[in-house]
Amino acid sequence: MIRNPLARPGFANWLYGFTPPERGAVVLSHRRVYIVPTRLGWLFGATLAILLIGSINYAISLGFALTFLLAGVGLAAMVHTARNLARMSVSVGRAEPVYAGESAQFRLYLDGHSQFERPAILVRHLACGTQLVIDVPPATSAEVVLALPAARRGWLRLGRVMLETRFPLGLFRAWSYVEPEARCLVYPRPERSAMPPMSADSGTGAGPARASGNDDFSGLRGYQLSDSPRHVAWKAVARSDDMLTKQFSGDAAADFWLDWQLLPARLDLEQRLSRLAGWVLSAERASARYGLRLPGVAIPPGHGDAHRAACLQALALFEAP
Amino acid sequence: MSSVPHPLAPELRAVSGRDLAGLLLSLIIVAAPHAARTPWWLTGLVLALYGWRALLALLRAPLPPRWLLLLLGAAAMAGIWAEYHMLFGRTPGIVLLTVFSGLKLLEMRTHRDAMVIALLCFVLIITNFFYSQSIPAALAMCVALLVIVTTMVGFNAPRRPPRANLRTAGLLLAHSVPAALVLFLLFPRVQGPLWGLPQDAYAGITGLSDTMSPGTLARLAISDTIAFRAEFQDKPPPPRLRYWRGPVLWDFDGRTWRMGATEIAPFKAPTGGDARYRYSVVLEPHNRDWLFALETAASLPQDARFTADGQIVARRAVRERRRYDLISIADPAPEPRADPATLRRALRLPQDFNPRATALADEWRRDSGSDAQVLALAIDWLRVSHIVYTLEPPLLGRDSIDEFLFDSKAGFCEHFSSAFVFLMRAAGVPARVVTGYQGGDLNPVDNIITVRQSDAHAWAEVYLRGRGWLRVDPTAAAVPSRIESGLARAMPEGASLPLLMRPELRWLRPLRYNWEAITHKWNVWVLGYDPQRQRDLMAFVGIRDADWRNLTAALFIILGILMTLLVAWSLRRLTRPDPVQRAWVRFCRKLGARGVERAACEGPRDFSERAARSLPRARAAIGRIGELYLALRYGADAPPAKIDELRRLVRELRVT
Repeated sequence: MIRNPLARPGFANWLYGFTPPERGAVVLSHRRVYIVPTRLGWLFGATLAILLIGSINYAISLGFALTFLLAGVGLAAMVHTARNLARMSVSVGRAEPVYAGESAQFRLYLDGHSQFERPAILVRHLACGTQLVIDVPPATSAEVVLALPAARRGWLRLGRVMLETRFPLGLFRAWSYVEPEARCLVYPRPERSAMPPMSADSGTGAGPARASGNDDFSGLRGYQLSDSPRHVAWKAVARSDDMLTKQFSGDAAADFWLDWQLLPARLDLEQRLSRLAGWVLSAERASARYGLRLPGVAIPPGHGDAHRAACLQALALFEAP
Repeated sequence: MSSVPHPLAPELRAVSGRDLAGLLLSLIIVAAPHAARTPWWLTGLVLALYGWRALLALLRAPLPPRWLLLLLGAAAMAGIWAEYHMLFGRTPGIVLLTVFSGLKLLEMRTHRDAMVIALLCFVLIITNFFYSQSIPAALAMCVALLVIVTTMVGFNAPRRPPRANLRTAGLLLAHSVPAALVLFLLFPRVQGPLWGLPQDAYAGITGLSDTMSPGTLARLAISDTIAFRAEFQDKPPPPRLRYWRGPVLWDFDGRTWRMGATEIAPFKAPTGGDARYRYSVVLEPHNRDWLFALETAASLPQDARFTADGQIVARRAVRERRRYDLISIADPAPEPRADPATLRRALRLPQDFNPRATALADEWRRDSGSDAQVLALAIDWLRVSHIVYTLEPPLLGRDSIDEFLFDSKAGFCEHFSSAFVFLMRAAGVPARVVTGYQGGDLNPVDNIITVRQSDAHAWAEVYLRGRGWLRVDPTAAAVPSRIESGLARAMPEGASLPLLMRPELRWLRPLRYNWEAITHKWNVWVLGYDPQRQRDLMAFVGIRDADWRNLTAALFIILGILMTLLVAWSLRRLTRPDPVQRAWVRFCRKLGARGVERAACEGPRDFSERAARSLPRARAAIGRIGELYLALRYGADAPPAKIDELRRLVRELRVT
């Protein structure tokens, strides 16, 4: 981006009439709707000048009438264009977490607060250019889903969104910027890999490899070469691609830990998190009880969507960039 | 920033079939009036271009290559040159514009091109006003504007039904009317033209000319076109006095009468007379400098001059409608003085023409003792001559006056006046031909006499010693009904007359009178609105001698007020959030100020419970507010008492 004084946040905030991010429904007050003629608007003006000169030169009274009617239409079009955005409110809905590399779906609700419709409103994400044109019907709101590429794990902020309209005549362009408080959680990109080898140092001393008996089915764990083929959970394997081994035990000692320490030392931070995320997904699919241990973070073993979400969130926000 | 294509940019939006249909309709509306004035092959060419574009759209075929369009354009220009021998005159220029509209249509792909054509439509509308600025023309303009603006709205709202776009266009036009009115009245008017006009700028304007030969006036007499209107303050003159004096013709070459040199003279108002008439004339442009006045003018309009032979002439040719005030008196006191050179000129005749007429005149001269007697003999002769008054006289040869008087015995007023003046001069009585209009139609609705080209007339003036120049109307002598009741009665049945003059259409008269009264107001107030009227208007509201600065100031003040009203209107139909919502927002703000902020995803129940926990002192009120809000917002009904309670609780909430 070009560095210019306009890029200074303080000045920009003053100019655009708000300080981002904005909480709740953002109302486009007239203070923050800008309007300028488009190129066609200038062309329209030039045509009016030609008509006016012709009318003066030939003393055509109805020519004056036509010129002035069109000038009035131009002025009215300006007001109508500004009205198409005026006092519209923009609110954001919940954005479901996504994995890095996918696109985050931000939901925006444009509410006209009006009895007239507001046709042809462009909603455009400034940074990545995602855009679409919608008509906001009278008295209700319209939903816009802006898909933003989620490249990195962590919180993805919506950022600045432009709303623009040229309705009704295309002679003027009215626009406004909003930056609602909206963020989407981006999990690390999950890496597909075999489940971790069970280490002796897995915490509670109830390492799955040691404690398993053969009586009660208690869950699944990653396949290890030493496992008996009879204990492979073939049904689970059919659902996923990971080789899983059924665990049988009489107590809760079947919990296992997805531990930072188990990762090979050559991996960097992001690769470690990706692998851990992959393990979390595998474990969840295998209906295992698993815990997550990161430096400074420990999520006790558990199971279910909420547990998985908590683990993935911990991974997403771990030493977040 | 990103370089994603902008979906609202007109140069990226393809023209749809609906857009094309709207543009074609607009073009046809604005170009149709020109069809009657252009040669058939050009009309055909333009229609073919439009049709071609429509066909390509229907077949979804690609547009023709640019070189073909350039070739077509060059061919059309060559054709126009062959037809008119110029390219940038008024008529050829307009034809060229319509051809270009068709060519542009054939290379129209995006909304940018479509907008250019829409703007071209506006220019084509104004070209129609070169030919007609009547009320129907103004109505046609309104229809065309509505269609064009609807089409333009369609470019910007492609998914909207056309009816909704029509409504938007109507609203835009309705909103433009106040501003247009203010601009029309107050925009500082400049007296045009700003530069030279094309040679043919005033072609096709009908009216009297400075020559008269057999057939000149008869051609005018079949035209319904209005020459001028005269608005009388009191009682208008009776038909027999309605002689509107125009060009005076002196020089005769055997066939054609010409005006020759005229001499500007100081104006001297005549005295005496039976009746005085105060009136104002609204003269249609006729591209000549004569101003017509009821005989005999007793005042001179502003910016006009007087000639020695009693014509009133403007300083410039009348090229736009002109209004002037006059006083005339009927039968003024005689003005016997005359310049001898003038009298000699009034006796000059070409040699060796019309021997029989010359012989007749010599006979009258021999039989009478004075000029007055010669005149009396001539009038008597005409009265019994049984010459027929007709719009379609037979063609005449070299001795046109002989043939008219003795052989064909049928003619129009130019034949009568020409023959009479010839006879007078041959008999030695100074005489001259006066052309102008005789009669006119009194509209009882507004007391305005409308004079049409069909009222064009020629009469004679003879000079009698001691009495000066006297008007003699030889047509009246031969056919008295022409003067008493107009052309229509004087004509034999079956003669071709202008439509409005036909007796069988008399039932249309009241309608016509009302229409003409409206048209007159239109001409005076709309078409005749000029710098002078603008000053009058400003004087009326109390600003004397307004110059462009006053006008501009007034214009901007009123336009500013209008814009403010328009903006107020535009915000009028925006709903305020309902009171429940407003109370809730206020509640959230109050709690937010104490650090209990509502998360975007937090529902009202969760939020109020959390707030009640964190602010135990206001627990009861917060709990009640949450309860009320939920009931009012999501419940089946919203009793006003509950709304009031919610608002009161929020107002009184203290969270310190």
